[in-house]
Amino acid sequence: MSFDVPSDLRYLDSHEWARVDDGTARIGISDFAQDELGDVVFVDLSGEGDEVAAGDDFGVVESIKAVSDIYAPLSGTVVAVNDDLVDRPELVNEAPYGDGWLIEIELDDESELDDLLSADEYGDQIA
Amino acid sequence: MTLRQPPLADAHEASGATLTEFGGWEMSVEFDSIRAEHETVRESVGRFDVSHMGQLTVSGPDARRLTNRLVTNDVSDLDPGESNYAAITDDRGAILDDTVVYRPPEGWSVDADYLVVPNAGHDTEMTDRWVDHRDAWELDAAVENRTESFAMVALQGRDARDLLAAETDADLGDLGRFETTVGAVAGVETLISRTGYTGEPGYELIYPWEEAEAVWSALSCQPCGLGARDTLRLEMGFLLSGQDFDVDENPRNPYEAGIGFAVDLDTEFVGRDALEGAAVEGVDETLRGIELVDRGVPRTGYAVESPDGDQLGEITSGTMSPTLGRGIGLAYLPAEVGLDESVRVSVRGEPKKARTTATPFLDR
Repeated sequence: MSFDVPSDLRYLDSHEWARVDDGTARIGISDFAQDELGDVVFVDLSGEGDEVAAGDDFGVVESIKAVSDIYAPLSGTVVAVNDDLVDRPELVNEAPYGDGWLIEIELDDESELDDLLSADEYGDQIA
Repeated sequence: MTLRQPPLADAHEASGATLTEFGGWEMSVEFDSIRAEHETVRESVGRFDVSHMGQLTVSGPDARRLTNRLVTNDVSDLDPGESNYAAITDDRGAILDDTVVYRPPEGWSVDADYLVVPNAGHDTEMTDRWVDHRDAWELDAAVENRTESFAMVALQGRDARDLLAAETDADLGDLGRFETTVGAVAGVETLISRTGYTGEPGYELIYPWEEAEAVWSALSCQPCGLGARDTLRLEMGFLLSGQDFDVDENPRNPYEAGIGFAVDLDTEFVGRDALEGAAVEGVDETLRGIELVDRGVPRTGYAVESPDGDQLGEITSGTMSPTLGRGIGLAYLPAEVGLDESVRVSVRGEPKKARTTATPFLDR
């Protein structure tokens, strides 16, 4: 099975992605991660205004069969949480890089991006 | 440890199923998605490989006495083609396993006066138990562990009858719950039992191991894994051996576990006297259904608390109910905690509002 790994995103080896735009990063989990988890039924995330640090967990995504901690690829302040997931957690399965995003953070230090995996590197990891 | 492989292992691997260890077997947990498999069984029909379930045959002049003295229900009056659900208890009345005991129908070519189906991973232990008690009681019965002689497939859902009828010469018309018949399915002699563990009408099929693929592939419908089997059984409040009772980790008697209906104190069996005491005196704790009011998913080991935060018990099984869209679980709670009472479940340290509820969680 092959998984979608968009080339414009950066990845954490624990299967989170970050899309950075003008000092803000949108964060979610990868296509591979949603497939491993199976049907997502509940998402519990940090709230707006919370500080997250790169490498620390900021919530959980639960499928029917498993609970998975979600780690922040980058450090910053949470400025948005995807409220659609409260009623439709299955969006994480249906569109992991789109409507199934998790949070947005205002970055403390954009240079942390250099520590993340490129799409090619992440693609190799899950191959 | 080498995992035991079901006879359909190659078929499952070819279909891309996700595998997991269960009861010492490598079994399919998910073929497509647990939710899709679950919904298909609730709405039409699905098929499950349950070849990890054990099969013991008991034959001979004392087969009936031996079996009746080792299970909580009365199996002595079963006619050929009947079966019933029972617990197997130790002398304290603690559940070692739960099982279905069959008196096989006339015409089945397998030599068996009784067929006992314990849970995955309990087949050796139960065979030893039957043999040891036979010897201690000096009874005349042959006991054989036939687990790896038989494939077992569950066909579950409202469309199961039409699907099976098209593939068998057996008359399914008047087969009642817990009744069995024998017939050819896809040309293979099969014990057809109107049983299952999903709450839906359906059948469990027991047939020769080496014919596993012929029957499985003839029953063309959604393949389902142990993931959906777990959510389906839990919506019905059915027990999972090793999780909702475990003689080592969480010993429980049938009254605590809510299966007192499977205890017949008018028969003599191991654990009977202890259970008579429990029946008279009552039990301190009973298994309750828990339904979350807040969003969240109860998981095994999560604390169940009073509204004031006093610990009452722990979740033994929990999931997000695909049918109800709510977190559901089972927990042993003090008997004085009734139905429809407010409790809370500690989800990663966060108290979530919940209620005790009768099981099954679904109307079926």
